[in-house]
Amino acid sequence: MQTASADVVLEAKNLVKHYKQRTGGFGLKHTTIKALDDVSIELKQGSTLAVVGESGSGKSTLARCLLQLHPFESGEVLFHGQSLTQLDSAGLRKARKNLQMVFQDPFASLNPRMRVGEIVCEGLVIHGLGNASERLQKVQQMLERVGLNADDVKKYPHQFSGGQRQRIGIARALVLEPEVVVCDEPVSALDVSVQAQILLLLKALQKEMKLSYIFITHDLRVVRHIADDIVVMNKGKIVEQGMVEAIYQSPKQDYTRDLLKAIPGQK
Amino acid sequence: MADILSIEHLNVALKKAPSKLLVKDASFKLASGKTTCIVGESGSGKSLTALTIMGLLSNQLIATGRVLFNGVDLTTLDNKAMQKIRGAQIGMIFQEPMTSLNPVLTVGFQIGEVLTAHQALKGDALKASVARLLTQVGIPETRANSYPDELSGGQRQRVMVAMSIACEPALLIADEPTTALDVTVQAQILTLLDELKSRMNMAMLFITHDFGVVSDIADDVVVMFRGEIVEAGPKAQVLGNPQHPYTKALLDCVPDAAGKKELKPIDYAWLNHHALNNSEVSA
Repeated sequence: MQTASADVVLEAKNLVKHYKQRTGGFGLKHTTIKALDDVSIELKQGSTLAVVGESGSGKSTLARCLLQLHPFESGEVLFHGQSLTQLDSAGLRKARKNLQMVFQDPFASLNPRMRVGEIVCEGLVIHGLGNASERLQKVQQMLERVGLNADDVKKYPHQFSGGQRQRIGIARALVLEPEVVVCDEPVSALDVSVQAQILLLLKALQKEMKLSYIFITHDLRVVRHIADDIVVMNKGKIVEQGMVEAIYQSPKQDYTRDLLKAIPGQK
Repeated sequence: MADILSIEHLNVALKKAPSKLLVKDASFKLASGKTTCIVGESGSGKSLTALTIMGLLSNQLIATGRVLFNGVDLTTLDNKAMQKIRGAQIGMIFQEPMTSLNPVLTVGFQIGEVLTAHQALKGDALKASVARLLTQVGIPETRANSYPDELSGGQRQRVMVAMSIACEPALLIADEPTTALDVTVQAQILTLLDELKSRMNMAMLFITHDFGVVSDIADDVVVMFRGEIVEAGPKAQVLGNPQHPYTKALLDCVPDAAGKKELKPIDYAWLNHHALNNSEVSA
């Protein structure tokens, strides 16, 4: 398979993902929920693609399917034109070095029994990168880059605030020098002051490390600040997509208009 | 006196460490039919202030100062007297509509409970009142027999609203009531609260960290930082022409929908040095 243009780093084609939900009859009856219904997206090199929608719109499912964390019914995901769906587990593991994720909840996504150094280093160990001292050095550099201290490797997650934990999550994703980072609501759980810090950090790191972001969020104010392109999802379908400016200034679909109208602070 | 609520020199501290104040000398007033928003980051003391007004402070904590509600100092009342006011004259809505409802009781029963406790309503009169309240918050009255898990997040929050206004309170305290909701649902709930407030001439104390929400619904704004009120005043003044450096800094890190503004994170070190010392001297 060939990608349409050379600068597309990650592409999803016609993804379909169904969930079965038990509906009574002692769980013998099912209804099928279409979490992703023929979803296609393209992420351009070095850019940020925001996926917005309300809860249940399928945006987090899309994030997980892109990284092959969920199996899906049909469709494919291409990374530099190479289909991830066809890779065996060893090949997929290799590809995942370049496809990392930052999660929403900085409290739930870090193992409380592991030291920060171990958490950030784990990916390097799994991918067999460097020897012990090289890894430690790399981890410490990364921690400093995200605004923490090199000494923090010895501490445990509970010793940090929410914003600092999100920095640890970012360090864990970026220490592998990935090409694509999928951020699933990375600032939703944070105070607005901390949110601003993390958004600026993500922007600076994107420039420095030439990262491409998929940014999942429900906050349209945040999107405007971080994204280049935007995909609006509702009930598993893409209702509208395009450049951020175009969509904010002249939304074509009623659903997008409703979302934009609901942003607080416009009265 | 037009002020229904008046907080005077409120201090809250841990019993174990009474010298470290979690809320420091907070004073503000609230008039009927008006909405005051308390804004601040996590840990700024905004929820503690609300809990103190309701008399729901944990017994690990101790509060001093006066909370005058209709001229009565609520801090002097015993638990029994407080129970009569809570839910009847002061309503409260919490952040999490999922956890604040009892999952094994129907929503109709839970709304009815308030009316039974405070107005001794029973039987058909109770049923009729519950139905009326549900309609008022935009839920079909047939939903009275539903359990919380059969409702969406927005509907659950509407049920919470119905419970809190059941006895037509003079004051409604809403602690981040829309934070857990989608934007479109948030807009609906805010409109609903605003309508109810006007119709019932309630005073509303609205706690939030979202300046967008503040600018939509507030009449007055109280800004809290590390337990202290650093700035308070009418909305137009606080948002349009903030005086305190912390308010300015906080407004600078709110992303705007137009995307014009550059985000600036708060420089706490600078604040510590300059702003806070000055404010303590001038206050």
